[in-house]
Amino acid sequence: MERHFDIELRSLKNELIKMAGFVEQSVAYAVEAIRAQDPNIAQTKFKQIFEVERKVNQAHKDVDDACVKLLALQQPLAADLRLIVAIIKMNSDLERMGDQAVNIAHNSERFLKLEPKQTMEDLVVMGDEVRTMVRGALDCFINRDGEMARKILALDDSIDEARNRIFSEMKTYLKTHPENIEHGFNVIFIARNLERIGDHATNIAEDVVFAITGEDIRHGGSKGV
Amino acid sequence: MSEVILETKKLVAGFGDLDAVKGIDLRFEKNSVTAIIGPSGCGKSTYIRCLNRLHEEVPGAYSSGEVLLNGENIQGLRVDPVAIRRRIGMVFQKPNPFPSLSIFDNVCVGLKLSGVRKSSVLKEVVETSLRAAALWDEVKDKLDAPGVSLSGGQQQRLCIARTLAVEPTVLLMDEPTSALDPISTAKIEELVTDLKKRVTIVIVTHNMQQAARISDRTAFFLLGDLIEFDDTSRLFTAPKQEQTERYITGRFG
Ligand SMILES: Nc1ncnc2c1ncn2[C@@H]1O[C@H](COP(=O)(O)OP(=O)(O)OP(=O)(O)O)[C@@H](O)[C@H]1O
Ligand SMILES: [Mg+2]
Repeated sequence: MERHFDIELRSLKNELIKMAGFVEQSVAYAVEAIRAQDPNIAQTKFKQIFEVERKVNQAHKDVDDACVKLLALQQPLAADLRLIVAIIKMNSDLERMGDQAVNIAHNSERFLKLEPKQTMEDLVVMGDEVRTMVRGALDCFINRDGEMARKILALDDSIDEARNRIFSEMKTYLKTHPENIEHGFNVIFIARNLERIGDHATNIAEDVVFAITGEDIRHGGSKGV
Repeated sequence: MSEVILETKKLVAGFGDLDAVKGIDLRFEKNSVTAIIGPSGCGKSTYIRCLNRLHEEVPGAYSSGEVLLNGENIQGLRVDPVAIRRRIGMVFQKPNPFPSLSIFDNVCVGLKLSGVRKSSVLKEVVETSLRAAALWDEVKDKLDAPGVSLSGGQQQRLCIARTLAVEPTVLLMDEPTSALDPISTAKIEELVTDLKKRVTIVIVTHNMQQAARISDRTAFFLLGDLIEFDDTSRLFTAPKQEQTERYITGRFG
């Protein structure tokens, strides 16, 4: 039996997917900006990120409004309740991912202006991993796939490793090239921004599992609701 | 787990050749509130009416299995049903004050019937019970008015006071707020939470939010069977049984 409420839940889900689409786009632009190495191309990506940012902010508010309305008017229970709670949390993670994309834009803009020119290959690799993880977490939500969500969580370790590698390489490099300290800072900032995006994708995958099964797998898991 | 005060074992009950309750095992912990939910006709009323032996008053009714109050089986001929109903009181869907009695007499009628005459005792019990039922302030100046002159919500609290006056151990409530407006309903819900300090409460309700708000444990019945029994917070957020999920999210049928 389809309830009227199912239609409203579906439309809420679609709103979140729309929000997720903007954020994913924004992260993609950020990674492309890192990859471009060309201040002109990067400049276009930054503009695009700022444009998407406005849509992200609007969608962030729209999704929250829709959730509050459904909670108040439908007083949902069980799976319905878990879905809405998960959406509220995912919405806030997505918004922060969007903010990190903006930070990447600022940091790489500064980086690309520095002399002498440097490449950011490690960051490009890390950026691609982060994109894969974000895509994966969102697919789990769209397909209601809790099993895949658990697998996506493992990607976060590899992202953390990438960040550690970049940090330690930078440390070694800066010992011999202390004059490039500003380059170093920007690379470290960007690695940190990317890592945070991975953390938010982790939260989203965990929320997907909660929405589907009611199980709380955060912080090593076990105790559910 | 804390002390179990009331328990049913393989409780079967019905009318003629209809089994309305098909072998239910449930335990009620002392000073807890247990909600019983389930679709119309699933046997909720039949079940709780077995708990204080009201079920047997219906012509053609039968039951088997055990109802244990403090570990003692209260079914059977050797146990006086009237004494049981004093220890296990009941409040019904429609408030049913005695039409010819004043507010005062409605509350103490049970005590009077059991021989208490002393007016100071009666006065004290009436006041304590009305206070416990959160009705005292509204009626203290008109105790001689007829019970039926009160509003529906007040009448329901009067019935609760009447039940409390004989100091029951268990209070059964069968959809006690289904005929009440939201304010009266909220008062009864507050009252339930206060009362569990002194009694153990079993409440049948069709209102999921009410069950969620006031009960510690919830039992879901379907066609005379117990489908799921769990902590209320668990049952309403992540029920284990598909049928429970479908019922509480309104997908039944
Ligand atoms: N006095 C009676 N004589 C015959 N059958 C009865 C009697 N009372 C109830 N029944 C039947 O027993 C079954 C259980 O009824 P019961 O009143 O216990 O359901 P319920 O869960 O309390 O329903 P509701 O939510 O509508 O109050 C139903 O099939 C009902 O028709
Ligand atoms: Mg009933």
